[in-house]
Amino acid sequence: MSIQVKFFASLKERLNIEDRQIATASTAGEAWDIVTNKAARPDNVLVAINLEYAAFDDAIKEGDEVAFFPPVTGG
Amino acid sequence: MASRILEQAFDPWQLISQHQADNKLSIQFGATATFIGTMRDFNDNADVSAMTLEHYPAMTQRYIDKLIDEAKQQWDLLDVLIVHRVGNIKPAEPIMLIACWSAHRRASLDACSWLIEELKHRAPFWKKEVRLDGERWVEKNTDGL
Repeated sequence: MSIQVKFFASLKERLNIEDRQIATASTAGEAWDIVTNKAARPDNVLVAINLEYAAFDDAIKEGDEVAFFPPVTGG
Repeated sequence: MASRILEQAFDPWQLISQHQADNKLSIQFGATATFIGTMRDFNDNADVSAMTLEHYPAMTQRYIDKLIDEAKQQWDLLDVLIVHRVGNIKPAEPIMLIACWSAHRRASLDACSWLIEELKHRAPFWKKEVRLDGERWVEKNTDGL
């Protein structure tokens, strides 16, 4: 088991990271730090854990999927 | 109730009439409210020649379905259809279709309006525009006025 970390849209391009797996992390913010090597977080970045909106401080566990993305612009 | 995310251009009027026929709504509803969002060839006073819409497939589908469930709880709706385009889009092509059916007009009108705003501000889609001076991610939606 591992944690799947995904990035979308401008964030994916800026960081040049689309999809990574990490062994463990206790929060979404720690997953960000591990995958981005502690890159500065843009103020408006959004977080989802297992397809639901979440916060950087929210806990994660093995098997979870964490996603980071900019404000949405659909419709 | 149905939602679809499509990579190909779609005809919203054909999808509405097909949905009505498939779901045998014709003798029940007294009101249909529809919204069709179409790609403009300008944004922020610049010409836009094309657009790419990215999404987070599993979360986007789940989120749209959740919005439909919430709309059903808030209003007395007979049916809802939401279709959203992804991929490469050209000006004048529809991006989003929302159709709500109800016995009386207020439920379908209010639900349609609510779904537009919720979907635009919460569903995980991202627009990237192609302009004369290059590509650019759209950073926020217009206020709709």
